[in-house]
Amino acid sequence: MPPDVSTDVLNQDDRSRFEAIVMPHLDAAYNLARWLLGGRSEAEDVTQDAMLRAYRFFSTFHSGDARAWLLQIVRNCCYTWLHKNRNWVDVDELDDASVPREKDTPETLAISVNDRERLTRALEQLPPHFREILVLRELEGCSYKEIAAITSRPMGTIMSALARARQQLRVLLTEPAPKEARLEL
Amino acid sequence: MSCELAQTRLHAYLDGELDAAGSADFNQHLRTCPVCAAALGEQETLRGVLQHSRLYSRAPAGLKLRIAENLPGPRAAKSAALFSWRWLAVAAALLLAAFLGWRQATTNNQRNYPEAAMVAAVDAHLRSMQPGHLVDVQSTDQHTVKPWFDGKLDFAPPVRDFASNDFPLLGGRLDVIEGRTVAALVYGRRKHFINVFVEKAAPDASWNGSGEAQGYHWTAWSKAGFTFCAVSDVSAADLEQLKQLFVQE
Repeated sequence: MPPDVSTDVLNQDDRSRFEAIVMPHLDAAYNLARWLLGGRSEAEDVTQDAMLRAYRFFSTFHSGDARAWLLQIVRNCCYTWLHKNRNWVDVDELDDASVPREKDTPETLAISVNDRERLTRALEQLPPHFREILVLRELEGCSYKEIAAITSRPMGTIMSALARARQQLRVLLTEPAPKEARLEL
Repeated sequence: MSCELAQTRLHAYLDGELDAAGSADFNQHLRTCPVCAAALGEQETLRGVLQHSRLYSRAPAGLKLRIAENLPGPRAAKSAALFSWRWLAVAAALLLAAFLGWRQATTNNQRNYPEAAMVAAVDAHLRSMQPGHLVDVQSTDQHTVKPWFDGKLDFAPPVRDFASNDFPLLGGRLDVIEGRTVAALVYGRRKHFINVFVEKAAPDASWNGSGEAQGYHWTAWSKAGFTFCAVSDVSAADLEQLKQLFVQE
């Protein structure tokens, strides 16, 4: 993120440009914040903060992908918030380059679109770095290049990071919930 | 049994991130590797479930307003010494209210884009996605695409390339919306396609509207005697951005 310096207030033209180019990605910003922070009001506050930051630093955005530029700011704001309010420590699980191997006798994945709650719970259980990469890819439809830009990771690591995120999610979705397991016994 | 590729290339393949040769290679591999074939099926299921379970949280309506109210206005810094921020906020709110009122007044002249036309545009978009139907003239050069329409339509559609804004022009074709021949301009957006249907309208026409139909986003607007309707599976924000590019042209 750019250093916290006060920049010139945008002129009318730049403000219009900001509203036309950056503001349309408000949904994307909020969705990412919502998935990283969990709560509605936290997500609203952090999204607003991120938007104001983006506005202040709009002069540093020249051209290109406004969504990726904004989401990068949102992501940084989210992690700062988690660090301050949840004592979150950034252990980058994705740094571990090892890719889990497919189990020899994989259980079948049993999930359907009707399992929204189970899916939400599983996603929320994932570490933030895994969660964000799935949210960016599957919900936001970002390309590897965009994910790399947003998460400040080398492009080459995105594929294996996604593979691991999907593998983790799959494990969470194949393991039966403890309650159900007890009922079956 | 396991396969190394199931945890690596399979994902790039699934995400459409392999080039044509890589994709063909992996296709070949899928035919002989039951592990990858099964894993791919499972990943496709997982993706479908993720994308169709209403997991996307849109920003609440009030948030946009709150942000707009809090953006420091143009030249606000100069007057900051004379007024307290509180009064500035009140003034900004009044200005915003006045602006919204004014916009309400001016938008009253706008008419909602007819549903039948929208449905026809979405159908035309779907048709264009069939292999070989996307473009009649394939070119990223607006000076090639524009003249191609000469003599084929009774109007000259505005053709612009927005590659510098990540909406590259891919080409154009003729299409039919509710029996009217229209120009279809095709734009790319991160491996997705956007059709912009352009037809002649009354000089003061002011159609407007946007929404979702059959899983596609659409947005319609009028400018300078043309009516535009953009349809695509890209996000509503992307379509809005493309619309702004056309409007600001």
